[in-house]
Amino acid sequence: MNMMSEAAVEKALDQKMNTVPFKMIGKDVSVYYGEKRALFDVNLNVRENTVTALIGPSGCGKSTFLRTLNRMNDTIDSCRVTGKITLDEGDIYDPSIDVVELRARVGMVFQKPNPFPKSIYENVTYGPKIHGLARTKAELDQVVESSLQKAGLWNEVKDRLHESGTGLSGGQQQRLCIARAVAVSPEVILMDEPCSALDPIATAKVEELIHELRTNFTIVIVTHSMQQAARVSQRTAMFHLGNLVEENDTDKMFTNPDDQRTQDYIMGRFG
Amino acid sequence: MNAPFILLLVLIVGLVAYLAGRSRAFATSNGKLSILHSLPGYHGMYAAICAVIPAAIILAIWALAAPAYIDGSVRGALPEAVHSQGAATTELALGQVKSVANGLKLLDEAELAALNNGSANLRDVLAAKGVPLAGAGEAYMIKSAEQFNSMTSTSHILMAVAVLVIAVAGAILALRGITAPFRARNQVERVMLWALMLASSIAILTTIGIVGSMLSEAIRFFNSVSPASFFFGTVWDPRFAAAGSEATQGQFGLLPLLAGTLYIAFVAMLFAVPIGLFAAIYMSEYAQPAVRSIAKPLLEILAGIPTIVYGFFALVTVGPFLRDISAQLNGLVTGSYVSFIQAQSVLTAGIVMGIMLIPFVSSLSDDIITQVPRALRDGSLGLGATRSETIKKVVLPAALPGIVGALLLTASRAVGETMIVVLAAGVAARMQLNPFEAMTTVTVKIVNQLTGDLEFNSPQTLVAFALGITLFCITLCLNIYALYIVRKYREQYE
Repeated sequence: MNMMSEAAVEKALDQKMNTVPFKMIGKDVSVYYGEKRALFDVNLNVRENTVTALIGPSGCGKSTFLRTLNRMNDTIDSCRVTGKITLDEGDIYDPSIDVVELRARVGMVFQKPNPFPKSIYENVTYGPKIHGLARTKAELDQVVESSLQKAGLWNEVKDRLHESGTGLSGGQQQRLCIARAVAVSPEVILMDEPCSALDPIATAKVEELIHELRTNFTIVIVTHSMQQAARVSQRTAMFHLGNLVEENDTDKMFTNPDDQRTQDYIMGRFG
Repeated sequence: MNAPFILLLVLIVGLVAYLAGRSRAFATSNGKLSILHSLPGYHGMYAAICAVIPAAIILAIWALAAPAYIDGSVRGALPEAVHSQGAATTELALGQVKSVANGLKLLDEAELAALNNGSANLRDVLAAKGVPLAGAGEAYMIKSAEQFNSMTSTSHILMAVAVLVIAVAGAILALRGITAPFRARNQVERVMLWALMLASSIAILTTIGIVGSMLSEAIRFFNSVSPASFFFGTVWDPRFAAAGSEATQGQFGLLPLLAGTLYIAFVAMLFAVPIGLFAAIYMSEYAQPAVRSIAKPLLEILAGIPTIVYGFFALVTVGPFLRDISAQLNGLVTGSYVSFIQAQSVLTAGIVMGIMLIPFVSSLSDDIITQVPRALRDGSLGLGATRSETIKKVVLPAALPGIVGALLLTASRAVGETMIVVLAAGVAARMQLNPFEAMTTVTVKIVNQLTGDLEFNSPQTLVAFALGITLFCITLCLNIYALYIVRKYREQYE
């Protein structure tokens, strides 16, 4: 009786998640760095307007998978990707796809805040200018204000938009990088351990921001912190040694995971 | 017992002191090395240092001071007749005495006796032994020479004894001081620190010495030519003075030379900067590692070619080529086949110097572009910028201060370059703007003024030092400013 109800709850959850369509679909994704294989046939789908957290011990391939989603691995010479990844049904590794256009649709925020050594204003307008998203000064001003507002930075920097972006604090720099990514109006934002270089207060702000961004964007976040994954994500995927161990609703993942390895990792038995 | 031999003995004492110090420290430790503050090797080194360094210092001082003292006392003992003829004659006599002293060592007793009783001629006897004498040789010289010889040998013996005693005493003192808690390691490291400081100060002192010597010669030049007519003069006409003709003073205007120098450097930079910068961008941003590993060393080989070879290249190949092609062009347009580019011209020198500078620009800029953090590139690429947009809008602006510094360093090389311009630029000192005509540079004129048999007291030669110090100041300022910019840029990313 008890067993039955648990199964029913699971089914209901699955059905609830099933109603959310897939934004990106990864099928049999493998990545090689030269001779070394870093990812083994990963099948992982990213749902629309959902925060998907990728967790796992260091070197498990979670960042590698993240970087395949906007082909940032292309910048590494020895890197080779096999399998298929689609964004809204379009294969992103298709030769006809312009990688520049892809990265405009799938933005990225990096581990270490990396604002350009330019003013805050120029940091935000960098993407829109390149992609021709805004023509007039007024339009650019509008983009800067709305992006900084979305990134929760507007009130802190609105009086010094023309000062250097590198002069901000670490947490502000990271939110500036998020604003910079948001300014291009991407559909998906990839975040590679965005809080690992920040202090707890700055981390809390960025996490809150991720929560708000979910309404407009699909977010994939790599994190080392289990608590962070539990706090910000709806779906969680666990990687181990280049394999996808388990992908599940975050609630279920942290209370009742299907795989013993996930259980062990979450309990802190390895990693 | 000459100085090198004594030094060898001192070093042997030092070696013995090292071995003794080490074994004594071993003995002190009773087989437990950990009770020693310093390892036995340090105790050995300390003993060796105590033996060698004071002794070597005394040796150096003695070797410098003793000859001066001996010269002084021998000079004082010369007859009054010599002294009365003035300082120059005294010095000449002293020189002869020294020659005689050398010769006396070669003579046997019979010959010495013959000399002393006046039956043999001093000059002939010494000439037979292969010792030439400038003058006829006076009788007093033999006495003085003997005094010189005896003082020298006494000095050598005293020096040997003193130095060796100090070496042995130093070694013994150090050896007796060896105890377990003695901090030999700290002492040895302090001596090492002094040695390192000495080495670096020698480089600095040499620079100061060079500047000082140039400055003193330049001041002599400015005594005969006013600084105003040198720095602001527009005519360069030094007129090699015929001996004794004081009237032909010549004009030493710096401006035509400076104009030529800067013009040629400018043309060279015009060629080198775009090519070198583009090469650097290709090497650092686009080239595959395999290509880079071959092409970068090849490019840097250009930097290893001696500049005189570039000079040949300019003289034999580039200059005639430009002259001929300008004749052809002129013929096509006007029908008269007269070349409008001279073989020796600003353009020739500029192009060839530009080729020489390409590897400097590319290699320095390549280093600076590579230093721009990868995170910045990733950030730009992640926003959907192409590689070329990333370079234009992020990498180059971030690297710009460093690149400017690199270009200033390159410019200072262009200004100081000599061999290419000597062969390719010509010697006509004039101020004009046509790059197809010959102009000359500061370095060319320095070479010209110092070539040949010259007396070093006329403004015609001394002007070279004034030119040299001017050039030095220009390149020094360029270098300091460039290093300042480069350093400021480095701090940004560290």
